[in-house]
Amino acid sequence: MKLVLGLSLTVLALVTLSLLTGPAEVGAGESLRALVFGSDGPLGMVMREIRLPRALLAPLIGAGLGLAGAAMQGYLRNPLADPGLIGVSGSAALGAVLAIQTGIAGSLTLGLPLSALAGALVGVALVLVLAGPGGGALTLILAGIAISALAGALTSLVLNLSPNPYAANEIVFWTMGSLADRSMTHLWLALPLLAVGMALLLSLGRGLDALTLGEDAAAAMGVRPARLRLGLVIGTALVVGAATAVAGSIGFVGLVVPHLLRRATGGRPAPLLWASALGGAAMLTAADIAVRLVLPDRDLKLGVLTALVGAPLFLHLIWRSRGERA
Amino acid sequence: MPTGDVRSMSGFRRSFEALMLAAGLCALPPASEAAPLRVVSINLCTDQMAMLLAAPGQLLSVSHLARDPRSSAMAQQAEHWPLNHGGAEEVYLLRPDLVLAGSYTAGATVSMLERLGIPVAQFAPVTGLDDMRAHLARMGEVLGREEQATALLAEFEARLATLHDPAATPPRAALYFPNGYTLGGNTLGGEILEAAGFANVAAELGLTRGGVIPLELLALAAPDAVLTSQPYPGGSRSEDIMAHPVVAALRAQMPMAAVTDADWVCGTPHVLRAMEDTARLRRALEDTE
Repeated sequence: MKLVLGLSLTVLALVTLSLLTGPAEVGAGESLRALVFGSDGPLGMVMREIRLPRALLAPLIGAGLGLAGAAMQGYLRNPLADPGLIGVSGSAALGAVLAIQTGIAGSLTLGLPLSALAGALVGVALVLVLAGPGGGALTLILAGIAISALAGALTSLVLNLSPNPYAANEIVFWTMGSLADRSMTHLWLALPLLAVGMALLLSLGRGLDALTLGEDAAAAMGVRPARLRLGLVIGTALVVGAATAVAGSIGFVGLVVPHLLRRATGGRPAPLLWASALGGAAMLTAADIAVRLVLPDRDLKLGVLTALVGAPLFLHLIWRSRGERA
Repeated sequence: MPTGDVRSMSGFRRSFEALMLAAGLCALPPASEAAPLRVVSINLCTDQMAMLLAAPGQLLSVSHLARDPRSSAMAQQAEHWPLNHGGAEEVYLLRPDLVLAGSYTAGATVSMLERLGIPVAQFAPVTGLDDMRAHLARMGEVLGREEQATALLAEFEARLATLHDPAATPPRAALYFPNGYTLGGNTLGGEILEAAGFANVAAELGLTRGGVIPLELLALAAPDAVLTSQPYPGGSRSEDIMAHPVVAALRAQMPMAAVTDADWVCGTPHVLRAMEDTARLRRALEDTE
């Protein structure tokens, strides 16, 4: 409980800091007043239409990614699992790019996130077919890597074939992610899917707890592994699809956050889900503040920062699991 | 203004040519000091300058962008010339005695053509109206069409003078392009705005050349008019910024929609059309006040 409270306060503080970070040098009191009460001049518009969507999208997407990572690691009982690794992020990006290039995103209100969701589902379904029923964690992850590579190549192909001269330059956005200049429209696009997906993932806690005792014991306790798996896949696809549709694919949040919080939650998946959601929110908001402070004029990609933190940890985890086997 | 970018024969060309002749594949026309007879342009802006100035039959081919109405102010005229895609091989096979190129694009193609001994005249992107005048004069020289260049420039100055209509307090405009890119004072776009009677918000914010203005700073500057570019088909995140609610709100206050079109792209007398369109916007703004 203390952990949840501490993390919530951290997220709140970071969101406030995010609202106060930007190229326009305006006093903190003045800008928060303009945010809440509006203002005669353009400051109200800056706070409400430029900084607010960013300050809300970062914790929402971070929470979704942290939660998806924790759920996946709980289900696979493998600390190396990450939404990116089972191919969800990559295939969601492909769905989003297809929606934009075919015009579905423009003609249908929720076209963009739904197409990203469809991409994510196709990717996950392919991974599951490849891994087979009851396939081991390693097969699942390897299948996911293959799907990620294929989806990444197809995304690049679609962007290269686009008649839009800017599209091909955006491969880096779809692979590294960014929240620069996102608007409230993007928040409303992502929010419904993110909310449903997160609720679904949070409801898996009891089943994941039971699964720590082994699949037979879990089955004896009334947990149906197939149903758990379906919930995990749909929940992850919803969360990652919505997040990728508006912010590109941001890696490693789902890997780092559960790892950092596992000991504090006693290694139990259910409390780890909640803690990872809050931790992911804090991590991505902090990263989004950092990209604006490090290179203010250059739209430094969010995924660059999360990878700089996440990849060394990933290597460390691989090194340790290697030691265990030896 | 240097005219000396026209390169001459190199040893490599001689040996290459000997090889080609030996193989009986082709022969190059002799390089001469007289006006070039077979000119190929591989850059959108040199395309237009050459179409305006070249003698009949002198210009063999223009780049494929010359026919794209989104970027070329002379898309229709370009129908009369065969297109090229700027590849060294296809340009070489046209046996040009002069290639016109931009100075930043197609670096590999240009150095390849120079190694093959074809003179290449490179033109940097123009940085304003003075630069444009110098470029047109130089294009006249390299094509041996100085008289036409002088006449074209004289006509340009006359039309420019009729536009001159300074206001006591000019309305403030900002150019806002994909990725938040804009043009400051010492740029062609900046001078078009100025000639149309606008004050340039990017220059106010300290930009002298092209650069990025964060959306926040644009909103706080509260310009009277925001001119964006026409989005390309297919959609991109870079262009999303031009449809951001903040930009949309700024543009909603304007009496008429305004986008920068092909007339803004290159330094040719067609910038006068851009100036006239923008001046119309300014008069509409002043009428509503």
